[in-house]
Amino acid sequence: MENYNMNLTLKVWRQKNSAEKGGFQTYQVKNVSSEMSFLEMIDVLNEDLINEGKDPIAFDHDCREGICGMCSMYINGRPHGPWQNNTVCQLHMRAYKDGDTIVVEPWRANAFPVIKDLMVDRSAFDRIIQAGGYISVNTGSPVDANAIPIEKDKADAAFAAAACIGCGACVAACKNSSAMLFLSAKASHLALLPQGAPERKSRALAMVAQMDKEGFGSCTNTGACEAVCPKGISIENIARLNREYMCAAAVSDKG
Amino acid sequence: MLDSKIPSGPLESKWTYYKGHCKLVNPANKRKLEVIVVGTGLAGASAAASLGELGYKVKAFCFQDSPRRAHSIAAQGGINAAKNYQNDGDSTFRLFYDTIKGGDYRAREANVHRLAEVSANIIDQCVAQGVPFAREYGGMLNNRSFGGVQVKRTFYAAGQTGQQLLIGAYQAQERQVALGNVKQYSRHEMLDVVIIDGKARGIIARNLVTGELERHFGHAVLLCTGGYGNVFYLSTNAMGSNVTAAWKAHVKGAFFGNPCYTQIHPTCIPVSGDHQSKLTLMSESLRNDGRIWVPKKKDETRKAVDIPEEDRDYYLERRYPAFGNLVPRDVASRAAKERCDAGFGVGTTKQAVYLDFRYNLINKYGRTEASKHGIENPDEATLERLGKEVVKEEYGNLFDMYEKITGENPYEVPMRIYPAVHYTMGGLWVDYELMTNVNGLYALGEANFSDHGANRLGASALMQGLADGYFVIPYTIGNYLADEIATKPIPTTHEAFETAEKAVSDRITRLMNIKGSKSVESFHKRLGKIMWEKCGMARNEKGLTEAISEIQALRKEFWNDVRIPGIINEMNPELDKAGRVADFMELGELMCRDALNRKESCGGHFREESQTEEGEAKRDDANFTFVSAWEYKSESNWEMHKEELIFEVAKPTQRSYK
Repeated sequence: MENYNMNLTLKVWRQKNSAEKGGFQTYQVKNVSSEMSFLEMIDVLNEDLINEGKDPIAFDHDCREGICGMCSMYINGRPHGPWQNNTVCQLHMRAYKDGDTIVVEPWRANAFPVIKDLMVDRSAFDRIIQAGGYISVNTGSPVDANAIPIEKDKADAAFAAAACIGCGACVAACKNSSAMLFLSAKASHLALLPQGAPERKSRALAMVAQMDKEGFGSCTNTGACEAVCPKGISIENIARLNREYMCAAAVSDKG
Repeated sequence: MLDSKIPSGPLESKWTYYKGHCKLVNPANKRKLEVIVVGTGLAGASAAASLGELGYKVKAFCFQDSPRRAHSIAAQGGINAAKNYQNDGDSTFRLFYDTIKGGDYRAREANVHRLAEVSANIIDQCVAQGVPFAREYGGMLNNRSFGGVQVKRTFYAAGQTGQQLLIGAYQAQERQVALGNVKQYSRHEMLDVVIIDGKARGIIARNLVTGELERHFGHAVLLCTGGYGNVFYLSTNAMGSNVTAAWKAHVKGAFFGNPCYTQIHPTCIPVSGDHQSKLTLMSESLRNDGRIWVPKKKDETRKAVDIPEEDRDYYLERRYPAFGNLVPRDVASRAAKERCDAGFGVGTTKQAVYLDFRYNLINKYGRTEASKHGIENPDEATLERLGKEVVKEEYGNLFDMYEKITGENPYEVPMRIYPAVHYTMGGLWVDYELMTNVNGLYALGEANFSDHGANRLGASALMQGLADGYFVIPYTIGNYLADEIATKPIPTTHEAFETAEKAVSDRITRLMNIKGSKSVESFHKRLGKIMWEKCGMARNEKGLTEAISEIQALRKEFWNDVRIPGIINEMNPELDKAGRVADFMELGELMCRDALNRKESCGGHFREESQTEEGEAKRDDANFTFVSAWEYKSESNWEMHKEELIFEVAKPTQRSYK
């Protein structure tokens, strides 16, 4: 692979905290290697800012392997940048060429208030899981792991849904800021397994109620979420959740 | 003074005996007892969930924005358990023995045996929680092999096993949050332990969003804060992984066990340049199907695919025919370094070896699939196509990750890999009950030193984290808290809280007031370079002695010249990092001192002065069959205590994987 260096113009959203108004700042970044990751490019810019006595850009990141779900940047109008099935920490600078201008914003959603610059508060996702995103089993002595055979196809489908990293790109991409892809991935993961079946109805109702309470919007099936999901979570999960929800709501007197 | 509190009786009945005789706390009293859990990875989340289920009042802290981000999530290959589902001769004893041997006879037998005993329960528990492990067509769980082992006992979920296990534990924790048994504090960093009358009674934590310091009381404190591999700057750890919580406990009196035991993982994506912020692991599970080689000729110029079989040196298969590519990590890493140092490395930097899947893709998977589909005499293209599908299912996410980082397609060309810092076997010294030498202060998971000796076997970290949290601490903490039921919560206005908070606050102010000229990152990089070069894969007396004075000088420079932008009372990642790097610099010195003191080679600790004729690690059992537990006295001043290791069952021998 040919490596090259480039000069870039970055327009980055800067916002001191959740109370203050933010705005774009423009930076020139020189001699960026195509081998760098996008976040390493921001690291280099931050080193320069610190050396100039300025405030570095705050952003969330941790594992830098595309699995922890912490990184979250809206790059040129797309969560996690231009590559398919990718998180921004795994985006590498060979995606860009000399002279490019790159606009970087935080996730934008009422349910994800900005903490600082590109960092947002995604604790609403934790509260959706608290509402029912689990199987109610205590630590103890469950049956032997092989006591209940599970069809490979179902186990694989549950795994595909469980691969969600909770990054929130689906919400950021959605014009209604709906959290349905996130929620349905969890509901599907658990409902597809025999262990999760007993609670499937109550789970669907409780998680959807919590999602509404957090201020996420409704799903109108445009599929923007699926298109940007770094883990390729399918919107079939939303269809499955809708069926579960309808069934559950129809028979529930709790509504 | 160092009482490891190992129960008496034969090895295989110690844990049963302990569980039958430890003190219990009745349900009504549990409600009155508060437990602080710091860190929400596998050990922390499983402990918080399990203790919440039992009825204790739990507070769980993590520095990330959600407990689900903890670095356990990045574990790839799998989790070991002695289930013997494969009928290949596995047993609790074998898992115990492999772990002791893999650790080069530097772990505590009783702890390791307990770990092997509870391993099977972990798999049952995780399946009940809905962890989607890989399955076979018959619906049963599948297994793969890991290094240092001749059975298939590793359970997995593609290359995302850690993620699936952590999500399971996280969900269990969130359920307890919903039930009101666990209170969760995200974006909070523990900055000190509060000790009252010799017992851990709480912590000082900093709210990373507002910068405010908070005081939290607990009848007991659990540190589940992971390892300290980031002392090397470049490692496979997450950017935020740090030693701060463990280090604060150490400075407050908890002994640090075997700090020099570091695991260098053989298969990571090599460093590409100075900008590099972290290294990425390629799971050990890849060595099930990947063959490691370098060219036989120095300065080979042909591309990997153009080098014929007879010009390749499969050096692991050559040196270790019995275990081949699946030798333990320390052995595989040193062998890679040996080849590269001898001038046979590949890639632009020559600091890499090939990990090649083509042989098994075609011969193992391709042929099996062809046979399944009834294709007779398949040509190579067919075998390749069929094999690719299986390899994709087994390792798809790892291959994708490799391609994203390097821009090369590992289905077509071999991966280039090189060893990188991955795990730290050392950690806070704990007794059989996982309590440090400070009463009421526990360390679980990678944060403690206890189970892996001088080298951890693959797929054993997940096992240990969950064993400690789900199945050990729920028993052992009761044995301590049973005597605390009369202790009322201590108000955080207590003098000890005041003093601890003031010390934390003073240190932060001191850091902010340096207003020097160099970034935190630049100091971290320099520390990492010293550690990697002089306390890394190979260590010697001269280098370690130099490293100690270099680190002392660097630390001095840091405290005079670091520049931290921003202010204290706001979200300030540079300030957070500065505190962590300052602690890493103290730890780095201790690691070098421990490495210098241990004049033998064992596991991941390789002293060049102590090797066999074939270049293998040579232990000195007569003089070093002990755990070094370091007591902090003052800056750059420690006293070493010894815990003698007694092997009643697994008799130490020179490890051989030939």
